Amino acid sequence: MKIKFFLFIICVLITTSIHTSENQIKLLEVYKNLRCLVCQGQSIADSNSDFAATIKLVVQDQLNEGKTEAEIYNFLISKYGEWIVYQPSLNKNNFLLWFLPYLIFAVGGLVLFFIIQKSRHNKDN
Amino acid sequence: MKISISKIIIFIFIIFSLFIFWQGLKKNNSYDTKSLIGSRISNFELIEINNDDQYISEKDLKKNKFTLINFFASWCSPCRAEHKYLLNLSGKNKKIKIIGINFKDKKKNANNFLKELGNPYNFVGRDLKGRNSILFGIYGIPESILVDNNLIIIKKIVGPIDETQYDEILQLIK
Amino acid sequence: MLSSIGNILVILVLTLSFLIIYNASLDIKFSSQSIKKNIYKLSLFQTTFTVLSFFTLIIGFVISDFSLINVYENSHTAKPFFYKVAGTWGNHEGSLLLWVNILVIFSYLFLVFNHIHDKKFRLYTLIVQNILILGFLFFLLLNSNPFNSIYPIPLEGLGLNPILQDPALAIHPPLLYVGFVGCSIFFSAAMASLLSGYGGKIFAQSIKTWVKISWCFQTLGIIVGSIWAYYELGWGGFWFWDPVENASLLPWFAITALMHSLIVLEKRNTLYSWVIILCLLTFILSVTGTFLVRSGILNSVHTFASDPSRGIYILLFLSLMIFSSLIIFFTKYKKETYNFNLKSRETFILVNNWFMAFFLLTVLIGMLYPIFLDVLTNVKISVGPPFFNIVIIPLVVPFLFFMAIGPKFGWVKSRNKFFYKFFFLILGAVIINILIFYFFGKYSFLSNLIFIAAIFLILQSCIDVKKIINNKNKFELPRVISHLGFGLLVFFIGVNYQFSLEEDFNLKVGEIKKINNYEVNFQDIKIKDNKNYKAVIGIFKLTNFKNNLVQYLEPEIRIYSNPETLTYEAAIKTKITSDLYLTMSNVSRSDYYNIKFQNKPFMICIWISALMISLGGFVQLTLKKNED
Repeated sequence: MKIKFFLFIICVLITTSIHTSENQIKLLEVYKNLRCLVCQGQSIADSNSDFAATIKLVVQDQLNEGKTEAEIYNFLISKYGEWIVYQPSLNKNNFLLWFLPYLIFAVGGLVLFFIIQKSRHNKDN
Repeated sequence: MKISISKIIIFIFIIFSLFIFWQGLKKNNSYDTKSLIGSRISNFELIEINNDDQYISEKDLKKNKFTLINFFASWCSPCRAEHKYLLNLSGKNKKIKIIGINFKDKKKNANNFLKELGNPYNFVGRDLKGRNSILFGIYGIPESILVDNNLIIIKKIVGPIDETQYDEILQLIK
Repeated sequence: MLSSIGNILVILVLTLSFLIIYNASLDIKFSSQSIKKNIYKLSLFQTTFTVLSFFTLIIGFVISDFSLINVYENSHTAKPFFYKVAGTWGNHEGSLLLWVNILVIFSYLFLVFNHIHDKKFRLYTLIVQNILILGFLFFLLLNSNPFNSIYPIPLEGLGLNPILQDPALAIHPPLLYVGFVGCSIFFSAAMASLLSGYGGKIFAQSIKTWVKISWCFQTLGIIVGSIWAYYELGWGGFWFWDPVENASLLPWFAITALMHSLIVLEKRNTLYSWVIILCLLTFILSVTGTFLVRSGILNSVHTFASDPSRGIYILLFLSLMIFSSLIIFFTKYKKETYNFNLKSRETFILVNNWFMAFFLLTVLIGMLYPIFLDVLTNVKISVGPPFFNIVIIPLVVPFLFFMAIGPKFGWVKSRNKFFYKFFFLILGAVIINILIFYFFGKYSFLSNLIFIAAIFLILQSCIDVKKIINNKNKFELPRVISHLGFGLLVFFIGVNYQFSLEEDFNLKVGEIKKINNYEVNFQDIKIKDNKNYKAVIGIFKLTNFKNNLVQYLEPEIRIYSNPETLTYEAAIKTKITSDLYLTMSNVSRSDYYNIKFQNKPFMICIWISALMISLGGFVQLTLKKNED
């Protein structure tokens, strides 16, 4: 019982003590999430190619116009295809990509749970 | 070894993965934007290189049966190589209009370039900082896009136009 | 000359492999207790010849013998001596020869150092290991022979990619290869254990040391690679979730899981099948990683040489490995009954394995998904840092908690007295987090949790260190060092991520840019001619108004002639508390330079805590066998 009580107190403490900051869109964060098409596996932030320079310019423009991060990514995807963003959007094609890791985690947890349950059962008999 | 369903599933899964790897080896892993053929270009406004008051936009291109949009620059040497095909296209064919967009270039150099090699373009737009290139999904110079009267992309040519590309364009606009 | 010597040596090694397999399979049928002398001899000869062949190649590089295609393609007379030697393993063919060397050396060492174990088990291990050796030797001879010659002999070599001419990268591949290829020996041992029925606790004891050695080298290799990326690639990052980096993480997750489960097998004689699976998996993943990197199927910054024809061969070999190990495993598999109590150390080791499996599979899915999607639907996508960060980082929080709590439990079953201690430590962690939050700046909810969990692990480990010093119980020390290292690593990476100052802008000579309390003054440009490159050096005066400190940073753009390449050298000023990092690159057709200015807190602490993780492993290797 005491354990549960303490766990409860810890949870309360953690949740009350945590403060979050409002999310600011950082220019560099956006650059880092974009892939440079003309370089081998570099992001726009890392590349100094002509193409990267142009993309940086356009991202700056659009942020100044007040567009959101998602709007910028969607704009670039419409022009260059999904390859340009490092974070694949959640759609029919990429559903498994986002879903599988969590499924695996859940299955792993269940297997572990059953092993411990079964051991308890074995001992009782 | 006893055969059970789970074992069969594991084997099938592994064979499948290895098969995908084998297929993957045959694929070209470098990316091009060819997958965008079939999409529509929109929301652009091109200002004439020498005349600030003159510009074209979506509705102007809708009047043309086919439009070839070609990005070029005087500093780009492959652009010189493809230039004769552009001249051929503009001279022979009435169905196609060619729009040149001068990419990250100086006005003077661009005009000299056209004076020296001839001007195949019905309209020369300017793109000093490269902003327009993003609107058209361009990532390298030279690059050309062929669109129909609905502004749907029907061909993308990354790199200079050569003999075969030229023939393909003629086929497409027949 | 060297070409024929090398080829003869390689063919000798190949022949010896056949002889060893033949003799070993004869010897298995004899009922004598010890292995025949001649098998030892054959194995020793094999090792000698392999090492000699590698030295032959090194000599080829040192004397710049361009009659070898490999030397011609990857070396140059003007290259410094050190990089000539390092160039031997800096290319595909040479590194494959190194790969074979490690296979052979480990095969011999395992044979010699395991004489207390069962004869049949050792012989099967030797046979399986030699089959692996044969596989890679055929690959080397048929597809990637470093001793192929060229005629007429070129006068000058093509040179080594300058980005690879770096001390960290010279030692990075050998470390990684010892780590990854070292796994082959417990792959073979696991197969042998299945074949000979030599399993359980005693099997764990036979492979324990080998697993630790591989783990230490893998960990160190990955860290050195990351340090290289930070100093050489010039982007200021140290982990990019790039396919090549991910490929090196896959076997690492597997071997880390293995290292933990192996303790359970040794202490409690349970989990045998799972340990076997992990043994097989670790080496299979090493080869898979090699396949993905070398075949060019993935698009990466680190891929300097790739060729699909190699891919087909490695893929074939990989398939054979997977199928034969699966078939043998399924044939010999016996059902085990498990007996795990919730409050026991072994249960928490299983929790570790659970998380490791999750991390491993997430990285694997992230890497392979684009390939699958491309083949099946022709859609090309990129899976990069955001994906891995979003999926993995939240689960690092519970992982850290378990890492702190788990080792406090005893084997089999323990009482729950220490929950109160955990409570006070977590309370302490929360308070420290609040202090950081209020004094240094705001961050997200998830970051709060990460900080709390990491600080909790650090505090717990510090208490453990104190206990170890008081009790002089040094056997817990390696674990504590590694866990403390991991806690610190997560903490410093968190701080680094939260409080980095990063700015990307264009400047001309003579211009000034103000960023927060810094002023970047681009004063001048110098040109310098060096032996094998020309350098454009920017002189930047950096003023920090907070403490009125003036520093000069001189980043370079290097123009190498052989082969013709541009590289960008960052100027880095390191302090314990932070690194100032400045790179410049030319903007084409203009007199502006693109400048990346970063102030990255605790970089040096990140390296130290990462090194601590591997140090734990090395400490464990030096401790005498901890029989208790």
